[in-house]
Amino acid sequence: MALMRITSPHAHGPMSTSRLMLNVLLATVPGIIVLTHFFGFGTLVNILWAAILALAFESIALKLRRRPLGFYLKDYSALVTATLLGIALPPYAPWWLIAVGIGFAILIAKHLYGGMGYNPFNPAMVAYVVLLISFPLQMTAWAPPRGAGELPGLVDALQACFTPANFDGVTLATPLDLLKQNNSLLMEDLWQQSPQFGRWAGLGWEWANIAFLAGGIWLLYKRVFTWHAPVAMLLSLGLMASLFYDGGSSASGGSPLFHWLSGATMLGAFFIVTDPVTSAVSLRGRLVYGALIGALVYLIRVWGNYPDAIAFAVLIMNFAAPFIDHYTQPRSYGHSKGDSNDHDGEVQ
Amino acid sequence: MRKIYSFHGGIHPPENKHQSVRTPIELAGIPEQLTIPLSQHIGAPSSPVVSVGERVLKGQMIAEARGFVSIPLHAPTSGTIDAIEDRIIAHPSGFPAPCIVIATDGDDHWIAHQGLEDYESLERTELVNQIRNAGIAGMGGAGFPTAVKLSIKPDIKITTLIINGTECEPYITADDVLMRERAQQIVQGAMILRHIINPQETVIGVEDNKPEGIASLQAAAKNTDIDVVQFPTKYPSGGEKQLIEILTGKQVPSGGLPSDIGVICQNVGTAVAIYNAIFAGEPLISRITTVTGQAVESPRNFDVLLGTPMDFLLEKAGYQRENNNRLIMGGPMMGFSTPRTDVPIVKTTNCILAPTESELPTPPPAQACIRCGLCAQACPASLLPQQMFWFSQGKEYEKLEDHNLFDCIECGACSWVCPSSIPLVQYYRSAKAEILQARRDNEKSEQSRARFEAREARLEQLALEREAKRAARKKAAEERAKKASSGEGEDPIQAAIERAKAKKAAQESS
Repeated sequence: MALMRITSPHAHGPMSTSRLMLNVLLATVPGIIVLTHFFGFGTLVNILWAAILALAFESIALKLRRRPLGFYLKDYSALVTATLLGIALPPYAPWWLIAVGIGFAILIAKHLYGGMGYNPFNPAMVAYVVLLISFPLQMTAWAPPRGAGELPGLVDALQACFTPANFDGVTLATPLDLLKQNNSLLMEDLWQQSPQFGRWAGLGWEWANIAFLAGGIWLLYKRVFTWHAPVAMLLSLGLMASLFYDGGSSASGGSPLFHWLSGATMLGAFFIVTDPVTSAVSLRGRLVYGALIGALVYLIRVWGNYPDAIAFAVLIMNFAAPFIDHYTQPRSYGHSKGDSNDHDGEVQ
Repeated sequence: MRKIYSFHGGIHPPENKHQSVRTPIELAGIPEQLTIPLSQHIGAPSSPVVSVGERVLKGQMIAEARGFVSIPLHAPTSGTIDAIEDRIIAHPSGFPAPCIVIATDGDDHWIAHQGLEDYESLERTELVNQIRNAGIAGMGGAGFPTAVKLSIKPDIKITTLIINGTECEPYITADDVLMRERAQQIVQGAMILRHIINPQETVIGVEDNKPEGIASLQAAAKNTDIDVVQFPTKYPSGGEKQLIEILTGKQVPSGGLPSDIGVICQNVGTAVAIYNAIFAGEPLISRITTVTGQAVESPRNFDVLLGTPMDFLLEKAGYQRENNNRLIMGGPMMGFSTPRTDVPIVKTTNCILAPTESELPTPPPAQACIRCGLCAQACPASLLPQQMFWFSQGKEYEKLEDHNLFDCIECGACSWVCPSSIPLVQYYRSAKAEILQARRDNEKSEQSRARFEAREARLEQLALEREAKRAARKKAAEERAKKASSGEGEDPIQAAIERAKAKKAAQESS
């Protein structure tokens, strides 16, 4: 055996991209369990079908690009995209909706831009927005939570996905929807009128958000990402809500707690905003990036056309990430403050 | 208690130091042949002053310094000069380089030498000269000539002298055992340095994973004002810039020297070498080298003559060649792999690491960068490694320099944390080399341009001068013609006829 000639460092730490991705997948489990408990098997079927499609599309794309299949499939990034989209889509979504979404995410948002690591936009969020704009009916058809209506069984869930014509599902407006449509009630009355509300926010939604928060905290503990972007996003969302909330009327946009525990807030904060590929990189940059997403989420939720806003806010800030990075380059060792060698930002 | 500062980033790789500190330093003995590379330091290679066949004594100078940033070399033991030729040395390139080869005679016969009892009576410049003549270069890794580091401009005041006993790199324990066993010499060496530099304070900095070394240093420094300071273990605390920040809270300006902020840093091994040079009059001819890794049966530290082939030490430590996948000179973070097992130990060889494949696995193919930013969090220079990686790939050298590529100390922390196993440091090394080459090329073409322009100017000047002369001649001729036609002065034709007539008359008359 000849002596190997490679340059330093010769040692490597324990972290690998595959392990990072597996950790992210694992961290979604509590949220998925809660969603399944409150909304039935729809989310699980979404995720499974999305995962199968994602692996298939990923394989096709890799084949077309003449990349080794096994090596790239093992980074599990396609599965993460599938899981996140599966969670974000309404349960009992038809098979073709998921197929269009995953196809868009993997083929266009990911591989057309150069594949893993090169995509400027979060693939799951691109797919979500494409579907929301193209198929608004299917995308806003949320099932009623346990306690506010009948839950379909597993067979119904499979039927809903693969033979949607035979599935006669009940849908109910989401709490964020309700709040948006009612401007002349007291919060208390709104709560009384609608069965979709729970203790602090939407029935089921609040626990799903708490579960995703728990998964996110575990990922923080595992050092999969830093606290900067999620905390900045949640704080700015809370700050916006407390600025505009008047304490009781449904016209004022809801309390900070309502916004934290509604819609995809926690999923967004810990699983979407933290996507390293499409976010700002420096720690200061991540604070800015997260805070702006939080503010945008509130703006779109309260004054925009769509009840939830994570996907739009994230995509808009994906655009801004390189710009944020440019202006938040850290001070390197041995350089005085503002002594960046960068001249193109300077006034000459 | 002294205030301890921290530096940005850093990592905590497995230390793997315990394996090689179980036994005391062992004398390696004299191998049959010593190979002394002429360039073991930063600066101009030394030039040989001996010839093949000549007998040399231990400690005899065999190559002299060439220029200011250079040092002499000495025979590590007595013997005969066998060859002066190119041999494979421990260099990442694997290229051969000029060496002096000594066939040892086993007598270990010293040349006459004498130490000083009272170094304080000597002029500082004389002490620095002795350090230069002893061939001492930084023993921590870089190998910068110590005398050059000590030749501080008179207008610079040094406030802090730091003796670096950090040894932050995994596996290496050469400095650790030195501190355990030769603390007295380190302190004495530090006292000499203190006398030369005259700083306000002298600090020996050690990571807190070496309690034995710290204890013996503290005992040795008891009656001096030298401060032995320990600080939390973190790689790369032992980097000069990082250690200075840990102990003083100050950062060395980019592109500057520690002396710019009043600090001088010397390795503990260098302090011992200075002690030997001044107190015993012995030049630097040996050092402590750790031999470790799972492919050696009994890892330990050797006191080894410079020029000893690596395999001589490896055999003594129970080397299992078949289990060894790569042989590293230095540690796992910054060491380089050697092409062969017989390359010689030099002044900067602090460690030979012979790992097995399971111990330091062959790196897997790199995956795509997912911009996770772990590298930026680990970077002790607060750089943005992944941005620099993109720029290196795209050969955007201007952007690389904007992102302070040249502040990278190549510690390897970014590569160590990279989940996609991207060999980041390799990209920076290559980019640095290409930028430096481009600068050299640029300088060269600048020079050629200047030369070309000077030549053009000279030719033009000559042409102008010729033209001026021609014009002057023409003008003179015209004026003469004008004078003739206007009747002024004699007619040249008439004059010629007159001259011919006179000549003829003279011939006839004779």
